[in-house]
Amino acid sequence: MPFIPHTEEDVKEMLASIGANSIEELFDEIPPALKTGALTRVPPGMSEMEISRLMLERAQADGFYLSFIGAGAYEHHIPAAVWQITTRGEFYSSYTPYQAEASQGSLQLLYEYQTMMASLTGMDVSNASLYDGATALAEAALMAVRLHKTSHRILVPRTVHPVYREVLRAIVRNQNIEVVEIPFCPESGQVLLEHLEPFGQEDFAALVIPQPNFFGVLEQVDAITDWAHEKHASVIAVVNPMSLAMLVPPGEWGAQGADIAVGEGQPLGIPLSSGGPYFGFMACKHDLVRQMPGRIIGRTVDLDNKPGFVLTLQAREQHIRRSKATSNICTNQGLMVTAATIYMSLLGPEGLRRVAAQSHANMLQLTEQLEKLPGVKRVYSGPCFHEVALTLPGPVHEILQALKEQRILGGLNLQEHYPELNNALLVCATETKTADDLNKYSEMLGKILKKYG
Amino acid sequence: MLIFEHSRPGRRNYSQSPTTKAEKQNIPQNLLRKSPMLLPEASEMDVVRHYTRLSQKNFSIDTEFYPLGSCTMKYNPRACNALAMLPQFLTRHPLAPEDTGQGFLACMYELQEILKDVTGMAGVSLTPMAGAQGELIGVMMIRAYHEARGDKERTEIIVPDAAHGTNPATAVMCGYKVVEITTDKEGNVDMAALKAAVGPQTAGLMLTNPSTLGVFEKNISEMSRIVHDAGGLLYYDGANLNAVLGKVKPGDMGFDVIHINLHKTFSTPHGGGGPGAAPVGVAERLLPYLPVPMVAYEKGAYRWMTEKDVPQTIGRLSAHMGNAGVLLRAYIYVRLLGAKGMNRVSEYATLNANYLMAELRKAGFEIAFPTRRASHEFIATLKDIKEKTGVTAMNLAKRLLDKGYHAPTTYFPILIPECLLIEPAETESKETLDAFVAAMKEILVEIQEQPEMVKSAPHNMPVRKLDDVKAARELDLTWKP
Repeated sequence: MPFIPHTEEDVKEMLASIGANSIEELFDEIPPALKTGALTRVPPGMSEMEISRLMLERAQADGFYLSFIGAGAYEHHIPAAVWQITTRGEFYSSYTPYQAEASQGSLQLLYEYQTMMASLTGMDVSNASLYDGATALAEAALMAVRLHKTSHRILVPRTVHPVYREVLRAIVRNQNIEVVEIPFCPESGQVLLEHLEPFGQEDFAALVIPQPNFFGVLEQVDAITDWAHEKHASVIAVVNPMSLAMLVPPGEWGAQGADIAVGEGQPLGIPLSSGGPYFGFMACKHDLVRQMPGRIIGRTVDLDNKPGFVLTLQAREQHIRRSKATSNICTNQGLMVTAATIYMSLLGPEGLRRVAAQSHANMLQLTEQLEKLPGVKRVYSGPCFHEVALTLPGPVHEILQALKEQRILGGLNLQEHYPELNNALLVCATETKTADDLNKYSEMLGKILKKYG
Repeated sequence: MLIFEHSRPGRRNYSQSPTTKAEKQNIPQNLLRKSPMLLPEASEMDVVRHYTRLSQKNFSIDTEFYPLGSCTMKYNPRACNALAMLPQFLTRHPLAPEDTGQGFLACMYELQEILKDVTGMAGVSLTPMAGAQGELIGVMMIRAYHEARGDKERTEIIVPDAAHGTNPATAVMCGYKVVEITTDKEGNVDMAALKAAVGPQTAGLMLTNPSTLGVFEKNISEMSRIVHDAGGLLYYDGANLNAVLGKVKPGDMGFDVIHINLHKTFSTPHGGGGPGAAPVGVAERLLPYLPVPMVAYEKGAYRWMTEKDVPQTIGRLSAHMGNAGVLLRAYIYVRLLGAKGMNRVSEYATLNANYLMAELRKAGFEIAFPTRRASHEFIATLKDIKEKTGVTAMNLAKRLLDKGYHAPTTYFPILIPECLLIEPAETESKETLDAFVAAMKEILVEIQEQPEMVKSAPHNMPVRKLDDVKAARELDLTWKP
């Protein structure tokens, strides 16, 4: 019996102890009419050898491609040690650290993670993670509304990841929160004060600022942070953690810094894996910590005054506060955070800077090469981090299809999310791309584009 | 020692990041970071050693018996992890075209179909990333259903007092008022309380069955009738599905929507607190509201189903399709077990729970619902012991850690005083259960002979009892150099 150790003898002895004649008798409190549960559409079991064969075939069917897609999920080199340590049974098969004395490993790691994320974002405190970047933004919006007390409006530029905006709307819909979309400058690809002004006449709880934004463009964060603060609203930063090795962190934006910083943690050592599991991060200013959702780890002492770690501020949480909790969030993405913490420890500040700088440089190099092709030009003039929007001289879906036949995934068709953007492609190059990779892409695209010359 | 204390300025791992410093750079000066990053500068070996040592300070399923009630801490087969981490699966971008992911999508499609069979539901969406998110999505669908019918007066969700805290918290996140109903002394929902609570304002009832008290709600069909007659819907919290897998299908019990905790019943790892996965299943009438994306199979190929296919969907609740890698692990698990293996899960989980309950009762522990069968879990209460000796459920829990057992769930459900919610899971052998009973007996003796020693437990762990009050009062949430 797969994963069931009982011998016939065991079963006999156990039933005798219980005083039952059969295992079936143990289900005698279930009304017989309801016992229709036998599984009929689940296939017969397989041996480990058979399932290995099947999964290998399926993996091979998916294969490998040279990918230049980013759009919120980024390919970075992950050191071998990251997942070898992360999948140790003691991390992999433990539960949420409710029994602190039996979970000091996970708890200390999470405390170290909180320290790293707070520093990376330039904020005072970090929680121990949320589900993903999109839900982290939604939780930040709910938090900002709790902080503001009177206004339920959240200003969200259209330069924020389109799916994040969808998730935000879906989650806050039933809580009487108004999500107001802000247009952006079609030349620079940024949200400027002139776009914000008309929306600032009425009170709002928060302004969301993406950095870099969905187009890879860097926003003028100082000016718009100060603008929101002058209106007594919070600033929610949505940032790529990898970019923070190069960019001013949210805690230092404008005169006072952003109030809440959230984002997708995937670039920090998490494989792309068709979209998950990733993890969302959230950091904030110290005086907001009691409004922050999710697990938070604190350092304290034991009976011998020896340092140790516990889940703290649990009075915010659903298992204590039930209907009055800050969120229904229960678990977080602990194992992903384990990987991210090991990743950041291995890379260190210089390693992370080099990854970010090389990604940025590769994007510049690729843009330079592609812009030499006839009809290819940048859509926006604003500076970019490691991703760029390009206009192509033909239909993007056709061109992507042709690239795919050469085993290149050329980027994301922006028209899927921005109907006004004709023939626009979002391209990403991280540190994983070599000069050969960039050449291969530009040469192949050059060949394909001849058709549209 | 913290990782930061292994740090020395200028130390770094040369193989792990680009070997040269990139030269090209055109970021405006005012946007460039000037402040340092507090990340360790440590050698690969020191990092590996540090985190390996930290891991050794954890209890886990792989190292200890972990009878944590309501969490279904069963063995996580290694094959599920190894095969979900095949490089082609790991490197696939979520926005890569569908024809570059037919292998992955086939697994997801088949998992949807399998979960329909398991739950007796008409449709399944795999996107929710945790039990709490599955609940949120479930209640959002209930709300969308009522709203689509113009039924706007329904403002309340009914939740039993024994429910997980996420249930009421979720209802509030969906804009509902929570009405808690009581439990009778046999552990069932109090039917009089239910009847009194139900009315035209009822949007739905959230229920776990078997309940968090470790017993099957015998009146479920009657409850279903009462709620449905009033126009409300029934939500099934699948936290305890392990108890009835292959025996009862929530759809047949009259439930309209369910979430399934794959990190419990389908043995995906708990990972020290996530990532989970909690697909939702729905009856016919809620099909139009399922969250996207889902996976369809048409003309010999798999494809994503989006808003175009499901125009009334409640939308997207994750950036892609939830915790895909966790879903893959669940898929591999169910294929290893097959139909027979899945049917067997609840049988041996129930056998283990009832055996452990019987043995602990014989050992002198008080069982909260002695006249009832245990489901896959049961509750012991230390109410009498506390009155006589001052030793609490938490003290006993900490003493168990000393003896190499993870503690059962304590103080949940809150309506049973000094409770231990014990769930042994089907993957544990009789010897392990017997050894656990022996340890519990030893503690009973210790409680009589050396109560102070038990009250000050744990004694053999990396740290002794930690000061929670200090942690909350003098917040220390980040290390400072």
